[in-house]
Amino acid sequence: MRKKLNLNQALVDKARTSAAKTAEDTQAFITKHTTVAVERAICRLLGIDGTNEVEVPLPNVVVDHLQEKQLLHMGAAYHIGNAIIETGLTPQQIAVEVDNGKLDFSRLKINTVGDAKKVVTPVAYAAIMRISDNAARRKDYLEEYGEKEAPLLYVIVATGNIYEDITQAKAAARQGADVIAVIRTTGQSLLDYVPYGATTEGFGGTYATQENFRLMRAALDEVGAEQKRYIRLCNYCSGLCMPEIAAMGALERLDMMLNDALYGILFRDINMQRTVIDQYFSRMINSFAGIIINTGEDNYLTTADAVEEAHTVLASQFLNEQFALAAGLREEQQGLGHAFEMDPEVEDAFLYELAQAQMAREIFPKAPLKYMPPTKFITGNIFKAYVQNALFNAVTVITEQKVHLLGMLTEAIHTPFLSDRALAIDNARYIEKTMRHLGDEITFSEGGIIQSRAAEVLEKAAALLEEIERMGLFATLERGMFAGIKRARDGGKGLSGVTQKGEFYFNPFIDEMKGGPAV
Amino acid sequence: MSAENDNVRKNDAEITSDQKRLRPYGDTMNDGKVQISFTLPVKDDEKGMEAASRFAKKMGIENPGIANHIPLDSEFTMYIIYGNVEHTVDYTAIQVSAANEKTMDMEAINDFIRKRIGRKVVFVGASTGTDAHTVGIDAIINQKGLAGHYGLERYEMIEAHNLGSQVPNEEFLRKAKELDADVLLVSQTVTQKDVHIQNMTELIELMEADNIRPNYIVICGGPRISNELAKELGFDAGFGPGKFAEDVATFAVTELAKKF
Ligand code: B12
Repeated sequence: MRKKLNLNQALVDKARTSAAKTAEDTQAFITKHTTVAVERAICRLLGIDGTNEVEVPLPNVVVDHLQEKQLLHMGAAYHIGNAIIETGLTPQQIAVEVDNGKLDFSRLKINTVGDAKKVVTPVAYAAIMRISDNAARRKDYLEEYGEKEAPLLYVIVATGNIYEDITQAKAAARQGADVIAVIRTTGQSLLDYVPYGATTEGFGGTYATQENFRLMRAALDEVGAEQKRYIRLCNYCSGLCMPEIAAMGALERLDMMLNDALYGILFRDINMQRTVIDQYFSRMINSFAGIIINTGEDNYLTTADAVEEAHTVLASQFLNEQFALAAGLREEQQGLGHAFEMDPEVEDAFLYELAQAQMAREIFPKAPLKYMPPTKFITGNIFKAYVQNALFNAVTVITEQKVHLLGMLTEAIHTPFLSDRALAIDNARYIEKTMRHLGDEITFSEGGIIQSRAAEVLEKAAALLEEIERMGLFATLERGMFAGIKRARDGGKGLSGVTQKGEFYFNPFIDEMKGGPAV
Repeated sequence: MSAENDNVRKNDAEITSDQKRLRPYGDTMNDGKVQISFTLPVKDDEKGMEAASRFAKKMGIENPGIANHIPLDSEFTMYIIYGNVEHTVDYTAIQVSAANEKTMDMEAINDFIRKRIGRKVVFVGASTGTDAHTVGIDAIINQKGLAGHYGLERYEMIEAHNLGSQVPNEEFLRKAKELDADVLLVSQTVTQKDVHIQNMTELIELMEADNIRPNYIVICGGPRISNELAKELGFDAGFGPGKFAEDVATFAVTELAKKF
């Protein structure tokens, strides 16, 4: 796309370098640690699934056992490998034996790491193959049906019942939606396990379970075949089970995942150490599976002011970019987030929105940016909301955003009805068509409101990133520099699930996955 | 008196609303005009339109006109309908319960506490259950408040504690005891499938089981909370959108003073 903002490239480079150094420092901490969620993801990828009599998922049974016996520092893969050597059972059978108390990892004879690796690697390979096949299948579909240029129309379903979600998702796909996101139920992000099976009871969203993923995938493939379009499926790889959900999504061919490096810390009060370690492995899995991640910068603007704090969005995009690169995600997989969230009462707010959206495109030209609609200033006046969404749609088209999350006229009232979604798609398609090449026709006045606004935001973001580089990520979060929310290094949920890796720790997936996408 | 004036007078009755037989207004007094829209799980055809029309009639709409019918999927159709309702409402007979008759401002509240209570009043608030929305409770408690209305932390005679979001009811009560609270503030934003009702009912039940309900003034708030609903659930009061710290504080300190 043509550049229109006359941004100071040296400042862009400087900001990026600061973010890279911050990520690098944090990465040093990450590589020394593992978490219960990372180890459970490894268990899942090794084929452990299902629950015991009291509905505890077997990956939790195994990892809780390791933690109790203080064996976690070696990693689940080593102990499963060791148990395979000693018992000849499969990982799933081993998990069942651990659950019924017949197998105790601390009482097994200890084999060498090399020997354990030798037996675990072929098992790991089965998951690697399945994920690669999924990525290949997606590619085939996209080649067969062709890819829509942009923007991809993205809508959410959130009924709480997976079967009702399917009805709504299919209708949305037929109306023209390109991406269906199944929003998770309240409270799931704080569960330190992933529920099992098809679910019909959620609040404000539906449980993310592997079976729900599978059911929705099949439904979207079906409607995709009928519409001759590939309908992408999105879910939430966030909360205390980030890496496990990444594993489940990779196994069931999801296409997008909400996956932010900082969101859980800021908005769910999940411990920062836990989150950064979890995001690393989850992003590595997403990277390998060819999944596009969506980051959550838009959320900052729900608690902080969008005019005043616009630079924190940009700063966070730079950080998310660097953490993503460190985990192997290519730029083309980085759906960095931003949003149209300014107070409609602010004079020229539309121009500032345009500046921000254009700036993100120029700074992250290859990233499939995810552009979020107005939510905070949507009121119960659904008629006005429809206009607010129309203005947002105009900015999306003019600045050629890639992932276009549609605003709902009933945003202030309920999770979307079938009709709300249909009206939103209608609004977006109308604007997309009628303004198709408007962006190509526009140049911004030299030193005018739009260019000056972008310059100002970039300057502030670069200064903030410089400060963050100096203080380090954890101290930054402790001071409340994002979204105005302060978090303590040892506070929040999930810290007890963090463990320092031992000398002989290994994760059989890292070597396979760190090279980037499977296909 | 001219003929023209006479005419105006004659029409007065028609252009003023009938307060005992109130009706919606479109462009002519008492025309009863309304607009509604809804979706039926049927295909978009004549039969579907007839079904929509019958629904409208059952809702009390005379002469429903289907202004638009939009197929949403093969078996779902949305209807936009205009018509006039036959029902009327006696406006003069309506009484509503508002928590406060008159809201005091920050200084008046501080004075009231000094005079009538004689010590700082302790407020403990949270977004409870699985709800992660904090903007509402922050608007009430945090210094900064919202839209120019300072939050409780700013009040000299109030000690306010904001416990944040996703606070389970048990923990909320434990903290309230620990902090020696006078007033509990509960915020609820997610209402899908009445999750807020379940959660708020649970809080009151827990308090009653422990015989601690009388120890506190318990107040809830959120976008879908009304004073009626709050009372029905066993709270002392409830506040919805457009209410600020001074509204809650006025109610709470007035109630509390009754105990002193
Ligand atoms: C901001 C926001 C978020 C932010 C919250 C950030 C934060 N830290 O709070 C984020 C992005 C994190 C978020 C997440 C979710 N959200 Co949300 N969110 C909103 C949004 C856009 C605005 C809410 C808001 O801040 N309002 C401003 C405040 C000031 O208003 P208020 O809360 O009404 O408060 C006023 C009064 O009600 C009162 N008040 C409020 N509390 C109290 C308490 C007391 C004691 C008193 C006296 C008064 C009082 O005083 C305040 C000032 O006047 C609304 C949509 C909208 N436009 O309303 C959706 C919305 C509330 N969210 C919704 C949902 C479903 C969710 C999620 C559950 C989605 C999901 N499945 O992940 C998650 C939450 C997960 C969870 N565990 O709860 C739905 C709720 C639907 C429903 N009716 O059930 C809405 C309506 C959007 C929608 N249409 O789907 N959300």
